[in-house]
Amino acid sequence: MSHSALDSGPAAAGSTAAVDPEPGKPRAASTPPVRKRRRSFLPYGLILPAAILELLIHIGPMLLGIWIAFISLTQLNLTNWLNAPFVGLQNFINGLNPDSTIGQAFFSTVGRTLGYTILVVGFSWMLGMAGAVFLSSNFKGRALLRTFFLVPYALPAYVGTIAWAFMFNQRDGAVNQILVDTLHLFGDERPFWLLGGNSFGAMVIVNVWQLWPFAFLMLMAALQNVPTDVYEAAAIDGATLWQQFRRITLPMVRPANGVLLMVMSLWTFNQFNVPFVLFGATSPKEATLISPLIYQNSFGSWNFGLGGAMSVLLLIALFIASVFYIRMVLPKGADND
Amino acid sequence: MKNPMKVLSAVAATAALALGLSACGGGGSSPQASSDTITYWASDQGNSLDDTAAKLKPTLDRFTEKTGVKVQLEVISWTDLYNRILTAVTSGDGPDVLNIGNTWAVTLQETGAFEPVEGELLEAVGGKDRFLKTSWSTGGAEGKTPTSVPLYGLAYNMYYNTKLFKEAGIEKAPTTWDEFVADAKKLTKDTNGDGKPDQWGFTAAGASVSANSHQAFVRGLQNGGTLFDGDGKPTFDSDPQVEGVKQFVDLMATDKVMSPSDAELSQGSQKVDNLINGKAAMMFDQSPLKNFAARDFKDWGVAPIPMMTAGATGDRGTQSHVAGINLSVFKNSDNKANAIKLAGFLTSDEEQIALNKAYSSLPVVTAASSDAAFQTEEVKAKNDALSNHSLPMPLIAKEGQMETLTGTAIKNLFAKAATGTVSEDDIRAALKDANNQMAAAQ
Repeated sequence: MSHSALDSGPAAAGSTAAVDPEPGKPRAASTPPVRKRRRSFLPYGLILPAAILELLIHIGPMLLGIWIAFISLTQLNLTNWLNAPFVGLQNFINGLNPDSTIGQAFFSTVGRTLGYTILVVGFSWMLGMAGAVFLSSNFKGRALLRTFFLVPYALPAYVGTIAWAFMFNQRDGAVNQILVDTLHLFGDERPFWLLGGNSFGAMVIVNVWQLWPFAFLMLMAALQNVPTDVYEAAAIDGATLWQQFRRITLPMVRPANGVLLMVMSLWTFNQFNVPFVLFGATSPKEATLISPLIYQNSFGSWNFGLGGAMSVLLLIALFIASVFYIRMVLPKGADND
Repeated sequence: MKNPMKVLSAVAATAALALGLSACGGGGSSPQASSDTITYWASDQGNSLDDTAAKLKPTLDRFTEKTGVKVQLEVISWTDLYNRILTAVTSGDGPDVLNIGNTWAVTLQETGAFEPVEGELLEAVGGKDRFLKTSWSTGGAEGKTPTSVPLYGLAYNMYYNTKLFKEAGIEKAPTTWDEFVADAKKLTKDTNGDGKPDQWGFTAAGASVSANSHQAFVRGLQNGGTLFDGDGKPTFDSDPQVEGVKQFVDLMATDKVMSPSDAELSQGSQKVDNLINGKAAMMFDQSPLKNFAARDFKDWGVAPIPMMTAGATGDRGTQSHVAGINLSVFKNSDNKANAIKLAGFLTSDEEQIALNKAYSSLPVVTAASSDAAFQTEEVKAKNDALSNHSLPMPLIAKEGQMETLTGTAIKNLFAKAATGTVSEDDIRAALKDANNQMAAAQ
């Protein structure tokens, strides 16, 4: 999006001074490759600290997690975890056996989490898009509404979710007070929102509430780049609002959309905070997602190997999905992106 | 190339989040203690973390005065304590002395991170004969040197609202389960005339996993069952266990003496509120007195947990698990001599009286029990339950998992009862599921 600005910024200025005697011309054309390689140590030196930290903070724990999946790490050998016995694929076999209680739970949870992700990302995107389009036209009170829409995103996730948990409470919650006491729906039966089948829906609502401002923010920024004269031209040609939206807005924000949907899907698939705050350490069966399941298996039973194996499977699945998505959907040819 | 790399690192970051198992917790770093300072992690025994610290302060001041050793105190909430200990065990960097829930004792013993109670430490606490036998038995697995000593004693009793009892014309607290259910039915009524009960005979935190598992344990024993057989195999779904759990779940499912709303309560204090507010007449609890006092509530009575037959003895006479808090010394402590001194001091007669009085728990040393502070009806009832009607939760390394599995099964059954019906087959299936998971993990 803003790569052109970056290229002319301080980073590019630095590399120009160090490497490129002729700014503006393609480097390969102006400098012999060998000389360039020797002289270009500085940029690598500059990113080295960041690269080392990245390795330590992100890649290190990830590799450790993968390793844990292949050992039997329980409370018995936790103090001496470097010497925990290697068990090969046993953790995977235990976790994946569809005949076992644990395996069944794993597979049904993966399916449920997929459905959950589609619902949450879908609704969040629709709300975000509607909000962004709505606020892209100029009217009085626009700034106020914009701020207002961002409140759920600005609120600490825990605070917002705890408030929802209070509201969904069966006996004293605001939701039942409005639906049952005021509107007399459900024939005066007070439904449970955090138990049984309803808990899944409640969790979707809370997550959409939390996520949609992000979609709104990103799409609003993307819409700023759509020139107004295109709409004017379309309007003169007799295009309806819906046609303008489909033929102009959607294609223009497509690159932003691609990244947005992927990031939101990854976040939602790994969702932990919302179910943990709404339901505590163990979610209702109907609302168990994959991350809380891994947490339960790791910390509820101190069986880190099994939790690690499930995490590795999750990692592989998300990795494949991401690579596929990047190849197929994201805009190509942006080597200078 | 740059583009995929960026996304790759984003994916890696996400994966690191999912995989950040070993990196969890974080805290637990104690400032390097000088030789005259030790660190102590206390569990939350008061009304709040601050309250707990304030009540501990006089005792710790006396300790410093007597020995010259300063104590750096951190009070840790129950929700965090287990994971904090876990982190300390993994990193080897923990406090010198710490409190543990006594049901975790065997699990923590197995980690090998705690000082065995023998030699100097055993001497400092004055030998095991000073202690209440039941409480001492929770210190570690049978036949092994314990790694924790009792600090505070607790036990389940039945507490009831005397005003509601009087209104219902009940003069004496029920002693058998049948009487209990019959009384609970009498106490369940519609007081505002909308055709639905708003006062209930019994209340419990149906979503509290640990409290549910305690009832699975006690009710199973009363019906002649056990959670594990002689070979250590789980028997969660044996007939007596199913029967016991059914009695408990039926309070909501078929006897209808427990509000369906209770299925959502996850904190014990919420059910205490129900009793105080007159929304429920009876509950099982370990130590609600501090809540009663904070709300200035006086219309309460206390009685033993009902048994299947009056005067039952042995396993069938179980009313509670041996509840309480134990104290451990961290093996990696660089200040073990002073840590042991603190363990000895906290279990001394005088401090046992002071602390247990402050927290309304029971002294775990017999000499302290005779103090005037512990002669009230409530304390005597609790003492009787702890000394004569309690058994320790199964002393196995996977105790935590057993609590999670049985407690969660009952939590889900309550949820089912609140939103529909629960049959005996449902109960058996839920316990069988838990049993399979327990067996698979062993």
